[in-house]
Amino acid sequence: MNVPAQSLSPGFHTEDMTISVGPQHPSTHGVLRFVVKTDGEVIGEAIPDVGYLHRSIEKIGEKVTWHGYVPYTDRADYLAAMFANQGFCMAAERLGGVEVTRRGEFCRVIACELNRIASHLISVGTFGQDIGAITPFVHALRERESINNLMEEICGARLTYNYIRIGGVGYDILPETCGRITEFLDHFEPIVDEYNRLLSYNKIFIKRLAGVAVVSREDALSYNLVGPNLRGAGIKWDIRRDIPYSVYPELEFDVPVGTGHVGTLGDSYDRYWVRIRELQQSCKILRQCLKMLPTGPAIAKVPRKFKPPAGECYVRVEAPRGDMGFYVVSDGSEYPYRVRIRTGSFAAMAIIDKLSKGIMVADLIALIGSLDVDAPEIDR
Amino acid sequence: MEAKEIYERLEKQFPGKVGGFKGDVPEPYCIAEAQAVVDVCRFLRDDPQLNFEVLSDLTALDWPKDEKIQVVYHLYSYSQRHAIVVKVDLPRDNPKVTTLEGVWKVANWFEREVFDLFGVVFEGHSDLRRIMLPEDWVGHPLRKDYVEQEEYDGISTQRAPLVEKLLR
Repeated sequence: MNVPAQSLSPGFHTEDMTISVGPQHPSTHGVLRFVVKTDGEVIGEAIPDVGYLHRSIEKIGEKVTWHGYVPYTDRADYLAAMFANQGFCMAAERLGGVEVTRRGEFCRVIACELNRIASHLISVGTFGQDIGAITPFVHALRERESINNLMEEICGARLTYNYIRIGGVGYDILPETCGRITEFLDHFEPIVDEYNRLLSYNKIFIKRLAGVAVVSREDALSYNLVGPNLRGAGIKWDIRRDIPYSVYPELEFDVPVGTGHVGTLGDSYDRYWVRIRELQQSCKILRQCLKMLPTGPAIAKVPRKFKPPAGECYVRVEAPRGDMGFYVVSDGSEYPYRVRIRTGSFAAMAIIDKLSKGIMVADLIALIGSLDVDAPEIDR
Repeated sequence: MEAKEIYERLEKQFPGKVGGFKGDVPEPYCIAEAQAVVDVCRFLRDDPQLNFEVLSDLTALDWPKDEKIQVVYHLYSYSQRHAIVVKVDLPRDNPKVTTLEGVWKVANWFEREVFDLFGVVFEGHSDLRRIMLPEDWVGHPLRKDYVEQEEYDGISTQRAPLVEKLLR
């Protein structure tokens, strides 16, 4: 976009500008930084700089016992702690041959889907806020607050749950809590339409997102985008449906995919729209689970000195930010030999470098928001 | 396709370059030669019946007892719904393997992470810098024999001395 020199008056010239976005910028969803090279408003390249939230969770995994590692997994992604709990516990169970009780599985799914709604609400709310719509953020956080209250009832914590344990869940879900979850769902389902009226169908919002930062099918696969970002590119792939785990095969739900109905397939709006529809699907799953909740113990008997035989496994769970992979290696001792957490945001960050070329600075914020990257999950 | 069939196809295509197949574990894996790993992966991606579109995960394992570092590639195919794990054994004192950036683009960041935390050098990588830790950090923390430096940039990394200092 350089203006030819002869068209300018003598003594004037254009220059590329390097600006640092972050690490404490509100739209970065945590602490991450971009070094942005711009030509006026147009981005030449945006180089992501991550690592500000690196807490070496993987290394800690080698130093604590199997049971003791569960609370640490909470911190991998604090907006969706339940899924990291579940991923690690499933890996430990598969290695140790532990059978989860049936009630435990249902409690897990209930807790996870509530957590998914909470996480998507944050994503959707902050996304609006990032590009200038403050009101939806307040509405989203209001609903999330009710979920936090429910979570507090279920497991005593509001953010880092440490609820799912090896063999089941820490505490049973009480019948009163089930009643309150149903009440919440009755209240929340119409609210999704409210968001749509407030945000999704808003003309300005659509104009800001339609056709911006389009992810093609090939890029989505090559960069290994997962979760709503992958589905936003039109690929119908959901771990819950395609590599089923827990009791998901017994539940009925749709997998929303991007359609490109306001712009191009795979644009920022598609990724957002997938999340909104997933809110409704999670409600549907929760209602079924509450109906099917069996009686019985919530946790299986697991020895305190849990020592799975030597081996390795790779477990995938569908977290709000997509396929969360736990690659856990055991050498038969009390401590895991290696715990690797592969998260959705990590790969989503890798694609920003490519997508940001040639877009406006303001669109970079929309792009980060639409990919729903979460700094703690990138750095771990 | 079953992991065994995948391995048999690989063995036919690359005789002597892949081996060590283990199929009776939760994640069946095979071990590829370090020089051949790019060709093996490209074949796995491009063969219409194998069709591994995605590199789900790329990480490493440190085995100081066997004097080796294993780089582990988890591959998955959405269309064929099968998975395979490819491992590469590297010497611990000089771990070097060719980058997979040309096959799956996400390998760029995964490899940077492995370089940062394990010290594996990916030859031909376009941007091999530390990703999690600062540029001037010493050592690779996920190695089993890693010893934490006592201070970084004048800040103590030890907790106890700091508390003692404050109590004084």
